[in-house]
Amino acid sequence: MSVTSKLKETLVCLKAGRVTLPYPVQSQPVAENFRGRPIFDATKCTGCGGCANNCPAREILVFDVCQEIRILEYAGRRCTYCGRCADVCPEKAITLSRDFETGTDSIGDLQQRLEIFMSTCQRCGRCFEEPSALEELKMKGYRQDDLANDRWVYRSRSYCGGGPAVDDVQIEMD
Amino acid sequence: MLKNLCQKIFGRSLWVYHANSGGCNGCDIEVLNVLTPYYDVERFGIKLVGSPRHADVMLCQGPAMRSTAQALRRAYDAMPAPKLVFAIGSCACGGGSWFDSYTVLGPVERVVPVNYYIPGCPPRPEAIIYGVAVAVGLVDKKTAPAQFKQLVLPIPRYHPDDLRGSDEAVVYERVEKV
Repeated sequence: MSVTSKLKETLVCLKAGRVTLPYPVQSQPVAENFRGRPIFDATKCTGCGGCANNCPAREILVFDVCQEIRILEYAGRRCTYCGRCADVCPEKAITLSRDFETGTDSIGDLQQRLEIFMSTCQRCGRCFEEPSALEELKMKGYRQDDLANDRWVYRSRSYCGGGPAVDDVQIEMD
Repeated sequence: MLKNLCQKIFGRSLWVYHANSGGCNGCDIEVLNVLTPYYDVERFGIKLVGSPRHADVMLCQGPAMRSTAQALRRAYDAMPAPKLVFAIGSCACGGGSWFDSYTVLGPVERVVPVNYYIPGCPPRPEAIIYGVAVAVGLVDKKTAPAQFKQLVLPIPRYHPDDLRGSDEAVVYERVEKV
């Protein structure tokens, strides 16, 4: 009885076939609409900063070194690949690649940094005219996000002052 | 150096402990998907264990939160000495979208030292396997920091020094760059 049941089980198992995907040996294709790591095309970027204003994770920082050079820094650690930066980009400079193999041993590997020349108004020194007074409050011609301490200056209060570090939080241990 | 150390210490099989410190459960589902027959990681000797005392590797999901930081730290301290920590998902890697709210302390590396990062929200099961393969030394990592600098100003800078008067008209010297 038990032998026949075992044989029956073996038959069922053989019938079911093999479902395990051969992933690490041969790569697996991703879906058509899969959103992976965003790639910034610096030749198309005009530096409007719309991606930085729209990022829900506030992962894109903008820093104006001087009147004509703007640094756009994407750190990529807490990016959720939502694609809002690509949607809002007027020049289609951001494309969400289908690259998902981003496992790494140092988090700085995901960083992308653009240094862009800006053409500013010769009279007022701002990059372009803001559409409304509210927008103007949010973003003047210059933006000075804190790149060293990784802070989005206008909205964020604080974030990991001085970078990641273990033991800088007081945890009560018993 | 870390890679060589990994290959030496974790030569046989990794027993993983799965610690969620306040994530949304998305990464947990992906990690459990890795353990199902579809992405059968037990063929590489990776096994899920229930206690941190049996584990070699801790898989952290979710940000370090005010309420769970102590528990996470205790789980880390309970693991025996050659240990690795994987941060899985964008919450564990960078703190998530709510990184600056009151309850969230930030990425898990504020509480435990993290060795490998697998970003994504949630990362695909393949991405998790890839991260583990990077740690074990089967494949090389594909990402590198990218930097782009424009070296030449693409537009002319208007400066009074470049203006030359000729008869009546004022000529701008570098006009060929426009």
